[in-house]
Amino acid sequence: MGGYAIRRVLLFIPTVVVLTMIVYFVMWIIPGDPALFILTGGGEDDGGTGVREEDLQLLRHELGIDRPIYIRYADWMWHLIRGDFGESIWYKIPVMDELKNRFPVSIQLAVMAIVISVVLAVPLGVLSAVKQDTPIDYMARLFTISGVALPTFWIGILIVFILAFWFNWLPPLGYAKVWEEPLKNLQQLIFPALALGFHDLAAITRLTRSSMLEVLKDDYIRTARSKGLREGSVLYRHALKNAILPVLTVSGLRFAGLLGGVVIIENIFVVPGIGNLLIDAIIHQDFIVIQAVVVLTAVIVVCLNLVVDLLYGVIDPRIRYN
Amino acid sequence: MIVGNRTEEGLSELEAVRPPHRLWQTVLTFSKRKPIGAAGGAILLILVVIALFAPWISPYDPYEIFADNRKAPPQLSYPLGTDQLGRDVMSRVFYGARISLYVGLLSVAAGITLGFVLGSVSAYIGGTFDLVFQRLVDAMIAFPGIILALTLIAVLGSSVNNVIYALIAVLWPGASRTIRSQVLSLKEMDYILAARAIGMSPTRIVFRHIMPNCFALYIILATITLGTAIITEASLSFLGLGIPGDVPSWGGMLARASQEFIKSAPWIALSSGIAIALAVFGVNLLGDALRDVLDPKLRGR
Repeated sequence: MGGYAIRRVLLFIPTVVVLTMIVYFVMWIIPGDPALFILTGGGEDDGGTGVREEDLQLLRHELGIDRPIYIRYADWMWHLIRGDFGESIWYKIPVMDELKNRFPVSIQLAVMAIVISVVLAVPLGVLSAVKQDTPIDYMARLFTISGVALPTFWIGILIVFILAFWFNWLPPLGYAKVWEEPLKNLQQLIFPALALGFHDLAAITRLTRSSMLEVLKDDYIRTARSKGLREGSVLYRHALKNAILPVLTVSGLRFAGLLGGVVIIENIFVVPGIGNLLIDAIIHQDFIVIQAVVVLTAVIVVCLNLVVDLLYGVIDPRIRYN
Repeated sequence: MIVGNRTEEGLSELEAVRPPHRLWQTVLTFSKRKPIGAAGGAILLILVVIALFAPWISPYDPYEIFADNRKAPPQLSYPLGTDQLGRDVMSRVFYGARISLYVGLLSVAAGITLGFVLGSVSAYIGGTFDLVFQRLVDAMIAFPGIILALTLIAVLGSSVNNVIYALIAVLWPGASRTIRSQVLSLKEMDYILAARAIGMSPTRIVFRHIMPNCFALYIILATITLGTAIITEASLSFLGLGIPGDVPSWGGMLARASQEFIKSAPWIALSSGIAIALAVFGVNLLGDALRDVLDPKLRGR
């Protein structure tokens, strides 16, 4: 276990480095000349726009893109490590300030989504497994199969549709911070979180069901039953305890998908998180903001995967890594 | 031995009889064993037919604007109503099937093939190359699919081809990881060792023994990822960053339809949304059934 943990952490570092390289090189090699882009205001043609060569040189120098790319990358990394993401091209403010406001909102949304989905999915999955091949099971399976098929944004739209149609509710324009108006904040985020977590709710229900069915066939369950334990005790103390492991792992790993879904859900429900920041940055071709959001998201995912992997070894002593 | 009895005549007779029957019989056996999966396949087939014949079965031109009939509810002359500009929704849904399936099928074919090649090469070469290359795959997998696709679109600009490139970039890493582990386990199989022992060349081993054994996995991965590809394309178009402008696409129809007109003209959002859900539903059902039939080891995962 110790050796595994060390190797796992050692592999984590090159992954993060490669990840930043991918983002940086994709952002700055393909798009041509950002200086020209800014001066022409995003116009497509690069001839006859009346841009003077001196201005272009000056701006290139200002943006630091007159230097070779590997030096720029090293420079960017050096600032990144110290928490400096640079200044937004469009809004002219430090990107870090924006991230500080936006990231907690999206993380809260994703955490709420995963909590909602696990809390609802595990009992439903257990019920579906225990009542295998009864109408309850069929309903649950139909629900999971359609839940996995429905795209996140479609669920979001349906929820908005239902709320707007029957309750005259529309996504609020303002945003209440959780530490200032916790109740209002929860009211605002509960529906987006439900929409975001719906896909996982279905997937986790399905996984809990199959995992439970597998465990219930084991000998120790028969032993527990034959020594006269109550069914509830057999299910929860013996079966679920063993069946829940893959469920927890998958829930942890699904976080990456949730951070992607956040982009769409925030757009539908007008939530001021990183998703809307990213879309906004893409529309304004604000590469500094785009690379900051993308790198930070991916690093969070990698860290989380590391934690899940390590925890898995701690929680389940049966696992012997070699 | 029976093989000895196969004369030239017998063989040609067999060949003459079997091929026309085989595909049909496979489909029939599959439908009997996996009726739900076959239903999924049927849904997909219907959508493919709609996509192929869209110009002939659409009631109107998808770009034609009926200015007097903006946001008309479903009725006899407009079976699914009209949108905010007065264009026939049914025609746009039919043409949208073209874009969705074209982008989905092409990006899945290219993405999975790329993952297939890179994954098996990495596994077969092994050593330092594999170690370094897998860090690249690790990094690529760390990006949430939609965010990676959005970033590439931001850099490349939004067009049908760029959406396909972005989807290929999203799809290949996961596929290559799966193929790699399959090849790694195949490499240790006795018959591969035997093939090596009798002096078969690596190229021949890869083509004769490894590739055919990965074929089932290839089909399964392609089917399962097709759903992801369709959803991702629709999500990009929904955000206004995928299929550009007024080109009829399911995601694009939802974009404006959903937010502004959800109350006054719900049929715009509902019809394109149901089309997406149906497509992904069909693909998933087919994928699950194919997985069960082709690769029993993966069952229930």
